[in-house]
Amino acid sequence: MPSVRFRLNGVETDVDADPDRSLLDILRGQLGMTGSHFGCGAGECGACNVMLGDHAVAACDTPLWSVADKDITTIEGLGTAERPHPLQRAFIAEQALQCGYCVSGILISAAALLKRNPAPTSREVKEALDGNLCRCGSHNRMVRAVLRAADEMAAE
Amino acid sequence: MNQPAPSPSSPKLPVNLAANPNLSSWLKFSPQGQVTASPGKVEIGQGIVTALAQIAADELDIDISRVQMIRASTAVSPNEGVTSGSLSVQQSGRAMRHACAEVRQIFLQLASERLGVDIASLGVEDGTISGPGNVTTSYWELAEEVSLDRDATPDVRPKPPTRRALAGNSVQRIDIPDKVFARPRFIHDWALPEMLHGRVLRPQNARVKLTGLKDDSVRAMAGFVAVVRDGSFAGVVCETEHGAEAALQALRKGAVWTDGEPLPDESDLAAFLKAEPSETTIIDKRTASSPGAKKRTLQRRYTRPYIAHASIAPSCAMAQWNGDRVHVWTHSQGVYLLRTDLALVLKLPAESIIVEHLEGAGCYGHNAADDVALDAVLLAKATGGRPVRVQWSREAEMSDAPLGAAMAIEIEADLDAAGEIIDWRHSIWSNGHVARPGRAAQPALLAGFELENPFPRMISTNPPQANGGGGDRNAVPLYDFPSWQIESHRLTTMPIRTSALRTLGAQGNVFAIESFLDEIAAERGEDSVAFRLRHLGDERAKDVIGAAARRARWKPEKQPGIGYGIAFARYKNTGAYCAAVAEIESAEDIRVRKLTLAVDVGEAINPDGVINQIEGGAIQATSWVLKERVRFDRERITSTNWTEYPILRFSEVPEVEVELIQRSEMDPVGAGEAAHGPVSAAIANAVFDALGVRVRHLPITRESIIAAMEQAP
Repeated sequence: MPSVRFRLNGVETDVDADPDRSLLDILRGQLGMTGSHFGCGAGECGACNVMLGDHAVAACDTPLWSVADKDITTIEGLGTAERPHPLQRAFIAEQALQCGYCVSGILISAAALLKRNPAPTSREVKEALDGNLCRCGSHNRMVRAVLRAADEMAAE
Repeated sequence: MNQPAPSPSSPKLPVNLAANPNLSSWLKFSPQGQVTASPGKVEIGQGIVTALAQIAADELDIDISRVQMIRASTAVSPNEGVTSGSLSVQQSGRAMRHACAEVRQIFLQLASERLGVDIASLGVEDGTISGPGNVTTSYWELAEEVSLDRDATPDVRPKPPTRRALAGNSVQRIDIPDKVFARPRFIHDWALPEMLHGRVLRPQNARVKLTGLKDDSVRAMAGFVAVVRDGSFAGVVCETEHGAEAALQALRKGAVWTDGEPLPDESDLAAFLKAEPSETTIIDKRTASSPGAKKRTLQRRYTRPYIAHASIAPSCAMAQWNGDRVHVWTHSQGVYLLRTDLALVLKLPAESIIVEHLEGAGCYGHNAADDVALDAVLLAKATGGRPVRVQWSREAEMSDAPLGAAMAIEIEADLDAAGEIIDWRHSIWSNGHVARPGRAAQPALLAGFELENPFPRMISTNPPQANGGGGDRNAVPLYDFPSWQIESHRLTTMPIRTSALRTLGAQGNVFAIESFLDEIAAERGEDSVAFRLRHLGDERAKDVIGAAARRARWKPEKQPGIGYGIAFARYKNTGAYCAAVAEIESAEDIRVRKLTLAVDVGEAINPDGVINQIEGGAIQATSWVLKERVRFDRERITSTNWTEYPILRFSEVPEVEVELIQRSEMDPVGAGEAAHGPVSAAIANAVFDALGVRVRHLPITRESIIAAMEQAP
């Protein structure tokens, strides 16, 4: 098996696998990191979004070979209960979800937005999250939470 | 249902506690200062577990952090049926509250004996029991001496609402941190030791049979474990998930199917629904004491299409056999009901099956959670005791899971010379709205219909009106029309599989009633808020309409391209009251700019939780109304991905404002389904306000608006 090397949440990672397999499949299967969720397998819902550099991409639609030597951040790398990302704090403060299955992908899309644009407008947040589907209807709370996190980050 | 708490003169156990009276099945105390509470209702993304923890903490006088909520399992939990119908806080909440009140009393009784003081002089603070002279003990000290292995009695009375510390407060949901930090909580993210992965082979075309299956290439694949076939049910088990996916693709190539059964013509659902054989029920009839003189009759037809649950996660389950016993992990809404059906299919006593709940993604009714559980059980038979995890594909989730039933609704209103409604006739043609597991002599699970010795395909039925009805839910008007007849025609064939989707028929019926009322009010030149208020006697109904109208500054001045509409319903006519005002903008497509809602759920245990449910319901309803329609040709369902079945996106979501009318003296009712009907009709009424056209066939798209303009009288 060929080996593909990339940085996963800041850690150099080697994966021996068919390079045509999806990054999501590698993350959830081989690496046992289940924070990125399978939703459609076609890059249409955003539940599996991870950050490739500064951009959110659908891991289900990203072949392993394409991330060679790249930086990948998953929800596991965003923050922890002990050291939460401002977005995670804000999502709790705003109670910004119902079922929460889509949330890891949405946090990633939002984190990528804040890296590129630390002070987005509500409209820009909605545009950045437009590739993420939420079926429970928690959209407005999520937008509020992203704006709250941006404010908090600006104040820090 | 939503009456003030029963008076002390007639003590009676809450229904779910009477059915599961053993107190130890609800609560356990540890000497270490923890209480485990074990409801039979399950978390489906609605926050019920937090609301129940609030109730328990309140009634026991303990900090909520001491309450650990146990996931429902047939091995340990009370049987509370299914988590549906917006009944959880009402049913489980009452049972939990009563059980906790009685357990508190049991502890106080023992404390009184131990401390030698009168029970009436004892108080509890965070589990510490104290009395005069600084005598103290605690639940934790007494935990090992108190046996809760006894039946609840009706005499204990829970605290009056004014003495509750937590209920009525927006406590943060206890499941949210796990979800935000991606700690495994969803069934999809659990791994059992030695777990294998399975996939089920299902045809694309409807109702075809598997006549041949060539599996040589599959058997040669790395990590292959087993192919399972029983009649038209077939699946494969592999060591890894990607192995199972690859094996499924190979298996599909070797499958031979018969021709299927034709599907209806999606372009004329009303014609199909009205032509199929059906069973007619008179749902309600009111006769006028002195009938008015009819001047004319208006007749309108409304339709709504089949709607998909379209949860973001495909359904998933795990199963593991141990001899002739099987353990199932599921995100089903009813662990006991699923167990009943599994027992029927497997021909096993129910005691041989443990069904344990794990959270899935948002659940809006009877989706594929139960189906995939049977799939996992059947595949796990072939693994020599290793557990198997099965997950459906997006495509299967959109086409093989039960759908919300399409409806055709016709209403006739007789008007007198003054344009007042003197008779109202409402008829519904629809498949039944419920084919849930565990309620019939035959199973409701998909694989059960596919076996070599198949069970007959279940035809959906409707619950009786006393339980809220099904296709006829919310069909009986709350308005004081002098006479009416409500009829339901339930189809006795079912070419497209339907079962419970959020609100059952209420969304369709409220859309129809509230659209028609709006039309009649407009014809009379009467304000639609005034018209509704004039026909309502129920003060709580008037209050929500008044509150929504006030908050939306009804009725804002006319601007080009902008429209406002209002609608109201009391869910099931016994549950939550909800009024909605929609503000829409008509451009290339219809855009809902803002929804303003007022809601009355009686006592709101967790106000923010209620608002979250109402916001979510309002946004989901907007999605149904503007975008959603299951598509099919004559052979198969074609809307099997997010391109073919689009739902509302972030950029399309309206602003939502919710006013909660808190009535702590009233029993709480659920909030999850209250908004759909009113929001659907409010949007349609706003479209009329903006464009002068009545769109009576959902969804409201550019095409349906053009069609409505062409048909307009």
